Amino acid sequence: MTLEILWFTLLCFLWTGYFVTEGFDFGVGMLLPILGRDEDDRQTMFESIGPLWDGNEVWLVIAGGATFAAFPVWYATMFSGFYIALLLILVLLIVRVLSFEWRAKADSRRWKAVWAWMNTIGSVGAPLLWGIALASLLHGVPIASDQSFAGGFGDLFNGYTVLAGIAVCLLFALHGAVFLTLRTLGDLRERSRHTASGLAPAAAVVGAGFLVWTLVVARDVNDKGVFPGILPVAVAAVAAVGAIFLVRAAKEQWAFAATAMTIVAVVVTLFVSLYPRVMVSDPQFSNSLTIDNASSADYSLTVMTVVAAVLVPVVLLYQAWTYHVFRTRLGGEDAGSPVDLIARKTGG
Amino acid sequence: MSTLASTAVDLARWQFALTTLFHFIFVPLTLGLAPLLAVMQTLWHRTGEERWLRLTHFFGTLFLINFAIGVATGLVMEFQFGMNWSAFSTYVGDVFGPPLAIEGLGAFMLEATFIGLWIFGWNRLSPKVHLATIYLVWLGTWLSAYFILTANSWMQHPVGYELNSQTGRAEANDIFQILFQGFVLFAWGHAILAGLMTAGFLVLGVACWHLRRGRNVDVFRSAAKLAIIVVLPLSAVQLWFGSHFGIYVTDAQPMKIAATEALWDTEQPAGFSLFQIGGFTVDDQTPSFDIQVPRLLSFLATGSFSGKVEGINPLQSQAERQYGRGNYIPDIRLVYWSMRVMAYLGTLSVLLALWGGWLLWRKKLEDAKWFQRAALAGIALPFLSNFAGWILTEAGRQPWVVYGLLKTEDAVSSTVSAWTVGLSLGVFVSLYTVLALIDLYLMRRYARFDPPEIGGEGEEGAPQPAPGY
Repeated sequence: MTLEILWFTLLCFLWTGYFVTEGFDFGVGMLLPILGRDEDDRQTMFESIGPLWDGNEVWLVIAGGATFAAFPVWYATMFSGFYIALLLILVLLIVRVLSFEWRAKADSRRWKAVWAWMNTIGSVGAPLLWGIALASLLHGVPIASDQSFAGGFGDLFNGYTVLAGIAVCLLFALHGAVFLTLRTLGDLRERSRHTASGLAPAAAVVGAGFLVWTLVVARDVNDKGVFPGILPVAVAAVAAVGAIFLVRAAKEQWAFAATAMTIVAVVVTLFVSLYPRVMVSDPQFSNSLTIDNASSADYSLTVMTVVAAVLVPVVLLYQAWTYHVFRTRLGGEDAGSPVDLIARKTGG
Repeated sequence: MSTLASTAVDLARWQFALTTLFHFIFVPLTLGLAPLLAVMQTLWHRTGEERWLRLTHFFGTLFLINFAIGVATGLVMEFQFGMNWSAFSTYVGDVFGPPLAIEGLGAFMLEATFIGLWIFGWNRLSPKVHLATIYLVWLGTWLSAYFILTANSWMQHPVGYELNSQTGRAEANDIFQILFQGFVLFAWGHAILAGLMTAGFLVLGVACWHLRRGRNVDVFRSAAKLAIIVVLPLSAVQLWFGSHFGIYVTDAQPMKIAATEALWDTEQPAGFSLFQIGGFTVDDQTPSFDIQVPRLLSFLATGSFSGKVEGINPLQSQAERQYGRGNYIPDIRLVYWSMRVMAYLGTLSVLLALWGGWLLWRKKLEDAKWFQRAALAGIALPFLSNFAGWILTEAGRQPWVVYGLLKTEDAVSSTVSAWTVGLSLGVFVSLYTVLALIDLYLMRRYARFDPPEIGGEGEEGAPQPAPGY
């Protein structure tokens, strides 16, 4: 029993890792048409996430693998049930991944423009669908007594799940804009900050709406009280409001920490609201998948616990080091200004 | 089973086969090019000779064009198990999941993170640390292959598990047996060697293209030399290793070998059929034309020229006694020819490598126009062998998805309709066709460029000021 709780928590951690890290590179992709006014801007934006997106996306690969390993029934029912949504996500992610390597590989303007748009479409579409899919786990989908999915593609769409998708997109756009203020110089940095200031209140309001609705849904369909879900919601609220002020006060590092914290709190809220179920069944609530009836046996869970205990710290260490290596700012045309020269001497 | 349900199984199988084969165009190249890049960069690091750095950049670009598509199509593989094969996922998740999870956490993350550092780290990391990143990418790709093949080998030869009678699922009980069984060691070695040959022949072919035009001769002579040094011994090792894998498989999956040889009745000693017309179906067991090498199959399958090789008919009866009525024979024509395409092209690779080795020894590589043409065409050899080998191993396991435990027809997602699977098959076929064309275009384009000059610009990401965080 404790092992199942541990792996449910670890999955929450993996999805958090995916949303916090890939969140900003999705955000940068979304903002390409808005902030990327010319080829130089777009090149800088691509370069800001170029070394990082691949490692970020692996969090998703691991979350998928870990679901398969720890909760095979959840994996089987969710992936076969959310078929069309996942098919779309795959297509969106494939064209997006290729845009990173292929965009700069030919000189034509048209080629570059097409791949930049591919990146943007993937960056908007994939998180939108992930938001809808994950929120559907809580909102409930029809599940048969043999634990198989009994609904259709349409069952994923309702006011709550669509709001989840939009909230995720807005949060990621904000997260990406703040990331750009950290990684760029000059005009692009200024415009990123401007965009972030505009996005922050919108993201906070929509995000808050989604979180409050989550508590309501958790009470109505998943038999949960307001407590403890209210705790991460409170953290999200503080972090989101903090983000608004920090962005406007140009405290870039802190603003990034605040948007990251908001995303963490959103994912945690969702998982806390789900527990102990992993996929709520609606209308037949008793058919819901739980951490007990969907999990692997203890032996496999123990093996994976040992593996995770050894490897997760190592992974975190070298990913942190990568972020350290790529901490410098990119592409400022006024990089030669006295301020930046001093910065170069002291920090670069 | 209803017609529509069996259509769904067929479509899901087609999708799995096509997406796997497509993914497997790029994977071996990654497995082989990563170490070759590491060697090139090390040679530059050690000798300070510029041509090795130029080659590292040149083949690094080709590596990255393919790496991207390998990453992109790999995700499809992971999701597909749950989407199309949910009964399989539920059945094997307990055993199959851990290797996949370890692969992600232990191998893929390593590869994905350090490839970013390698691409963008040229001016940010010290040369030594930067060199280390490509070695870690190499390690990541090889480990990744190992864990994926652990999962696949368990489907071929299930060990270290017990069946839970309550849930009807397989549950792991010995992870070490699952991770280190003979099947996975053979499969991994075979795949790694295939990867090295794929990359070796690519480097050789591209280098010869340049040599034939007298372009960048200094640089590409070194590349060709390195490639020949790699493929000459390894193509021979691969033939030897592959045949030992065959002996192992005879023991683990006798039906696969019998079907591969279209051997209907048990023979001792058994001859190896080089080429045959007919004799591939239950109703037509005697080929109308057949060229055989006496005793060779006995040797290939058992390691002894007088060994006994079991035939399809007795194995079918035995399977019916064990598992109940049904057809336990794979598509014989398909596996017979897959095996031969693989083996014949493998032999051709050895000959091409020998030819190259001889020219290298006589220092005639630059003038050997015919060899240069052949080497360019030779790029295709390993790719075709890889395809054939993969078809052989997967089609030869049928009708089982997990050998002896779960049939393919019982493994699909019962709730996903044939229409839905058909839609996704259509989507992937169209998308992958476009991607393949673009990849081919980019590979041709970059393979024809001169290797980048060193000094000044030309490396991604010039030194930057001001830390952002």
